[in-house]
Amino acid sequence: MSKYALIIDYKYCTGCHTCEVACRKEKGLPVEEYGIKVTKQGPVKLGGAWMYDYVPIPSSLCDMCEDRIEAGKRPACVHHCLGACMTAVPIEKIGETVSGKGEKVVCFIP
Amino acid sequence: MGTTDEKKWMTEEDGIIKVRSCAWSAPGDHPTGCGVIMSVKDGKIIKVEGDPEHPISQGRLCPRCLAFDEVQYHPDRLLHPMKRDPKDRGTDKWERITWDEAYDLIETEVRRVWEQHGPECCFVITGTGRETTLWANVYATNVLGSPNRTGVISGASCYGPRCTMANYHLGAGYPELDYAAFFPDRYDDPRYEVPKYIVIWGKDPIYSNSDGLFGHAVVDLMQRGSKLIVIDPRLTWLAAHAEYHLQLRPGTDAALGMGLANVIIQEDLYDHEFVDEWCYGFKAFAECVSEWTPERVEEVTWVPADVLREAARAFATNGPSSAMWGLAFDMQENGVQAGHLFLGIVAICGYLDVPGGLTLAAPASFMGKWRYDAVVSLPPETRDKLIKPLDGRYSVYTTGGAMPGALGDTMIDWLEMENPPFPLKLGWIVGSNLLACSAAQPERWLKNLQQVEFFIANEIFMTPTVMALADLVLPVSTWAEHIGIVMPHFGRNTHFLGAMNQAVDPGDTKSDFQIMLDMGKRLRPDIWPWEDEEAFLDEQLHTEYDWDFKDLQQDVVRQQPFEYYKFRTGKLRADKDPGFDTPTGLVELKSSIYPMFGEEALPFFKEPYYSPYSDRISDEVKAEYPLVLTTGGRNILYFHSEHRNVPSLRSLHPDPLVTIHPETAAKHGISDGDWVAIENPEGRCVQRASLSYEADPRIIHCEHGWWFPEQTSEAPNLYGPFKANPNNLIPHEIIGSTGYGANYKSVIAKIYKVDGLDS
Ligand code: SF4
Ligand code: SF4
Ligand code: SF4
Repeated sequence: MSKYALIIDYKYCTGCHTCEVACRKEKGLPVEEYGIKVTKQGPVKLGGAWMYDYVPIPSSLCDMCEDRIEAGKRPACVHHCLGACMTAVPIEKIGETVSGKGEKVVCFIP
Repeated sequence: MGTTDEKKWMTEEDGIIKVRSCAWSAPGDHPTGCGVIMSVKDGKIIKVEGDPEHPISQGRLCPRCLAFDEVQYHPDRLLHPMKRDPKDRGTDKWERITWDEAYDLIETEVRRVWEQHGPECCFVITGTGRETTLWANVYATNVLGSPNRTGVISGASCYGPRCTMANYHLGAGYPELDYAAFFPDRYDDPRYEVPKYIVIWGKDPIYSNSDGLFGHAVVDLMQRGSKLIVIDPRLTWLAAHAEYHLQLRPGTDAALGMGLANVIIQEDLYDHEFVDEWCYGFKAFAECVSEWTPERVEEVTWVPADVLREAARAFATNGPSSAMWGLAFDMQENGVQAGHLFLGIVAICGYLDVPGGLTLAAPASFMGKWRYDAVVSLPPETRDKLIKPLDGRYSVYTTGGAMPGALGDTMIDWLEMENPPFPLKLGWIVGSNLLACSAAQPERWLKNLQQVEFFIANEIFMTPTVMALADLVLPVSTWAEHIGIVMPHFGRNTHFLGAMNQAVDPGDTKSDFQIMLDMGKRLRPDIWPWEDEEAFLDEQLHTEYDWDFKDLQQDVVRQQPFEYYKFRTGKLRADKDPGFDTPTGLVELKSSIYPMFGEEALPFFKEPYYSPYSDRISDEVKAEYPLVLTTGGRNILYFHSEHRNVPSLRSLHPDPLVTIHPETAAKHGISDGDWVAIENPEGRCVQRASLSYEADPRIIHCEHGWWFPEQTSEAPNLYGPFKANPNNLIPHEIIGSTGYGANYKSVIAKIYKVDGLDS
């Protein structure tokens, strides 16, 4: 299990695919494989309001870019995320990181 | 080299050289100039990452720059000049030649045309976005000695109209969302204020990054509290996240603008001080919009009256707020009027040139003077041979507008004329894949351009356009292989200058600039004194700055000085008086310029030509084509017709998609993923159905720019640029009286299921 968690404040995820391509390049993955994949919900009207959200989900190939983190950098997906809505934190810091972010936040421990 | 100082543009560590640069083109992009760090090993780029020190992009990149290595080292890249006998157009009979041979051939052909027919019989075709948009006019004037250049697109429907409107109404460059882009510490700068609301009108900036705007700045501002008012026929991601979504019928923006202005004026929500001191024609403007009650606007635009009212109130009463206008303004016959209303609304709310409003830049002469000198370097009798309509129509475009040249529509008419005043003999295509992308009625263009005796094309890949038309193709270097300057908004609202720094050897390719310089020296040597591009850039920089390209290269990015409230301090006008650089010195809510060209001084609404309510088409036609078709929504994986051959990108979006509301699809027996024909009296195309509530049940949306690099290259297939092309459905020359605006985004259509792309 990873020592780090990927926290995504997905109210700001625009589905831009940057994380997918950044990960592919970082890990040298072929096009049939992926380290993270954007999923889409909606647009659908729920309770009178539109929901239209994207959430990227890391795959079994995601190693949280531990080598990058250890070198003082952010994971490739986090570094490039156009919505600036991804963070990587040690798992013990999940609580303090998500609190204050409000609604629509997910946490992955790949 | 050899230092580890991170501030330097080139550093080396463990045999890997890291080069900091600002990306532009080729491949295509607008001058957004995001910061990149290229890792180079043994002369090869092994990785592209975002540069965290870039003040605008801050380390972020879109997928296109991340997948750049797949362009740079693509097996199909054009790597050497190639020629083909003109009788073999459309076939793969290319012959590799040297640059000297290519240049000799161009010189011979150009001199032949000059002597036998005159320089005006040479012309340039250009596209959008790529660095060559800076050079295209000059390719025509300073290399070919001709005033004739065309962007092909009907009604010059791209950026030029908005720049012209900004010029005429504000006397300023392009007004842009204030995203603190001029300030080194950005949103934290004490001068800055976060806009309370941002109107996003006719634009999907998070995917388009248009004209130099870093689109995700909108998301930055959402994170800082800005609320959105989105005006878009589609329920985009931004629209779904907006406080107000005004989901208008395509092509009715002017009616919507009338309504917004009317509510703001009727309910007395406007900025009296700004209007009294800095606006001209308020009374006439107010009277002109007064009949447009929200209820009447609802009938025309389909936007509920209450939504319109509430959005207008929210925007006008929560200052500072900002607004951005998009390509949809350029792409309608009625777009000049819609733009007039947009500028009028932001002006009367007092949001121009204020913190958190819309930034206005003082006019910049950088590159502008050179481009102006280029035009006047032609003898007056040659300048007079600009291709324009023989009856003098479209005088705004042909005489006064931004980005002048020959209108695409006029070009087609000219080519179809039995006895034109002069024939077109030699064409040079610099950065345009018109058959797949910009041309309305692309097959008609193809047919007509075949009469041109000799075509040169600059490209990085074989495209349908090159395969169909070119007799000589010159391979262009990528942004990693040449130097240059990125200038967001092409000098019209430039928050920074960025260095494009060379990281790797271009091999046997050359930049568009280098080709222009080399051929300029051969054909018009008196006006090409520069030894190389750097000498040229230095001289351009010295028109405004006391530093050189080398200084910019070292810093990679230099943000521009900026002040708010320039209208008070005289910094918007050439004569340094306070006010705006218009004939009245004020924001012109009533235009003093349009009447000189036979256009109305005040805005009006005109129903699109092909629409369910049009009185210019018959009821039978309306009944047969019941849906409204809009086109051109952006996909971040592609820049217009580019990148379809990049595996990492294409795999994420393999097919051209037509978005259809699930109920509408069900009525037509169409399921998600089916191939669907989209047809109207002008033509037809086929795309794959994507069923989504993004579309209103009455409106469908088609993607643009599709061709299929994996298909047969030879004619008649030509990689299939006509199959999925919604421009087949766009009429010829239904454009505004100014010459601006074709309804690329608002026609009508019917849909039916077919078996595949080829059926
Ligand atoms: S953390 Fe690294 S491996 Fe995991 S998804 Fe992000 S880029 Fe890929
Ligand atoms: S890069 Fe960020 S904004 Fe883009 S899809 Fe991934 S998580 Fe969402
Ligand atoms: S917008 Fe995308 S393609 Fe353009 S410079 Fe930025 S990252 Fe590169």
